[in-house]
Amino acid sequence: MQDANGKNVGVDADSFHASIHGGLSCSDCHISIKEYPHPEKVAAVKCETCHEEQASAIGGSVHAKASAHPCTSCHGDAHTIVAKSDPKSAVYPLNIPKTCGTCHANEAMAKKFGLQNVYSTYMDSIHGYAVSKEGLLVAANCMSCHGSHGILSHKDPKSPIARANVPETCGTCHGGVKDDYADGVHGKAVAGGNMKAPVCTDCHTAHAILQPTEATFRMQSTPICGSCHKDQLATYRDTFHSQLGLLGGYVETARCWDCHQAHKVLPASDPHSPVAQANLVATCSRCHRDANLSFVQYQPHANPHNRKLNPALYYVRTFMNLLLWCTLSFFTLHTLLWFLRSKREQRENGHAEEETHD
Amino acid sequence: MIDEMETMPAEQAAGKAQEKFYVRFTLPQRYLHAVLFTSFLGLAATGLPMRFSENALARTFASAVGGFGAILFFHKFCAIVLTLAFLYHLKDIATRAFVNNEKGLFWGPTSMVANWKDAQDLVGHIRWFLGLGPKPKFDRYAYWEKFDYWAVFWGMIVIGFSGYAMWFAPFFARFLPGWALNAVLVVHGEEALLAILFIFSIHFVNTHLRPGSFPMDMVIFTGKETEEEFEKKRTLEYQRLAAAGKLEARVGDKPVYWWVNFAKVVGTIAILIGLVLLVLTLIAYFGGG
Repeated sequence: MQDANGKNVGVDADSFHASIHGGLSCSDCHISIKEYPHPEKVAAVKCETCHEEQASAIGGSVHAKASAHPCTSCHGDAHTIVAKSDPKSAVYPLNIPKTCGTCHANEAMAKKFGLQNVYSTYMDSIHGYAVSKEGLLVAANCMSCHGSHGILSHKDPKSPIARANVPETCGTCHGGVKDDYADGVHGKAVAGGNMKAPVCTDCHTAHAILQPTEATFRMQSTPICGSCHKDQLATYRDTFHSQLGLLGGYVETARCWDCHQAHKVLPASDPHSPVAQANLVATCSRCHRDANLSFVQYQPHANPHNRKLNPALYYVRTFMNLLLWCTLSFFTLHTLLWFLRSKREQRENGHAEEETHD
Repeated sequence: MIDEMETMPAEQAAGKAQEKFYVRFTLPQRYLHAVLFTSFLGLAATGLPMRFSENALARTFASAVGGFGAILFFHKFCAIVLTLAFLYHLKDIATRAFVNNEKGLFWGPTSMVANWKDAQDLVGHIRWFLGLGPKPKFDRYAYWEKFDYWAVFWGMIVIGFSGYAMWFAPFFARFLPGWALNAVLVVHGEEALLAILFIFSIHFVNTHLRPGSFPMDMVIFTGKETEEEFEKKRTLEYQRLAAAGKLEARVGDKPVYWWVNFAKVVGTIAILIGLVLLVLTLIAYFGGG
């Protein structure tokens, strides 16, 4: 059955009765249609008549001004709609990424709204893998972090992905990590309103979520910490840990959080910190099996340029540099003069060997 | 030109007067130099990427050969080879001094130990560079050769010790103060940088690339030099032996043709690798690596 524009307006009675709306009669939704044949123009169905709460949430969301139908573009045709717990539902947890991806995996769409196309990044992540390959219902899908009807921009302080709310949002599932984070300096700083302190997504990213044991993650993590802790990064870079680590392929090298912990970061003055003096042997021996009390006197952040903090290292470096430059300068000059003299000798005598007959 | 006699096939050389060859280095000494420079090249090629690990080329090279694990493994392997060569040399010196009771090993004109004449030679040589005096006559080992020897000797102790201190840090930590564990990396890196820059520029030019020896001095590979070379380069030793009538005892066989060519190929490769590493080192050092 088609309307004047050729659009199919037929409804399959069987699937309609099997749908969650099967108990309703046509006129419960199509309230403006009262006679047959129907008028030329029929008013759009107002879902909010029943679904008031959801409709008002959408009204205040980033999707409020979307040109597509606010309900059916995600939930599908209202005549065949099933409960969200039904695997056939477009909003069943395992189907969510595909549903959101209808628009958000669309390059043109993403570009139009100034969004990054994160669909494939998410699908390759541990969350995406769990949902799409393992069918894990509890794994994070789009909705778990962004919400459903009342999706807000991350710039909106009420959004679950607003910077201040990220730890709480991730903590919905990662409860233990959330508690550790909250006890650490970064968690306390964020809770205290210091938004420069890192939240989960600063290190783990929002969609890609690399495994912390993965080489790529270990390679990219240090500069992230270093973007705030500049001095510590600079001194770390002078050490063997960094020199090793930067070359890649040897990801076991100590990075920031291997010593400082990732989530429950505590200052060295805190006795619970892994870098507290009393805990150093235990911390270092995680990699250096034979670490002992004298071994842990090693300073992972020594600064050979600082005479006050590291006098011995400063003088060693100064001596080595002097030795290097004095030796090289003297012999470069010596060799250069020798070379020029031999060349002249060669020119004058027409034979290099003649030089020795002086 | 200089190596004409050595490179010339036997039939051609037969036309010329048969030249005498004098032994300067023994076979074990020549092997020692070969082991020294191959392991040194290996250590430099693997050590430099670590020293300049922020350099893009260093990272590319490291990933290409299997990442840091491979680099460090090869570095340690070469280090063990070089350590063994060094220990062999010490044993050789000890044998010559205390078993064979060799005279003049630690002092005198044929000794490696520096003496007053070396200081005079240095000044005299520089005066000659500037055209202020005659060229000094050198003995068995000229002052710059002694410097090369002791620079390597000192370098092996310093770089070797600091290297093993890092390798076996928990063990060395038992005797070393805490700051020394930090210092060993600085010492290792700086001394190695000095060694690399020195060997690949100063030693290469002084010994191999300068006019008169270009493209390389073959005596370390063949162990022998011609009478002409002996007399010109090590005049005092030549004259002393001639005066004592001991010159004949030093005569050796003419270097074999294939061996000379083989040595030239190996030597050229070594020099080229060294020069490439030198350029890369300078780029990394001054490029803020």
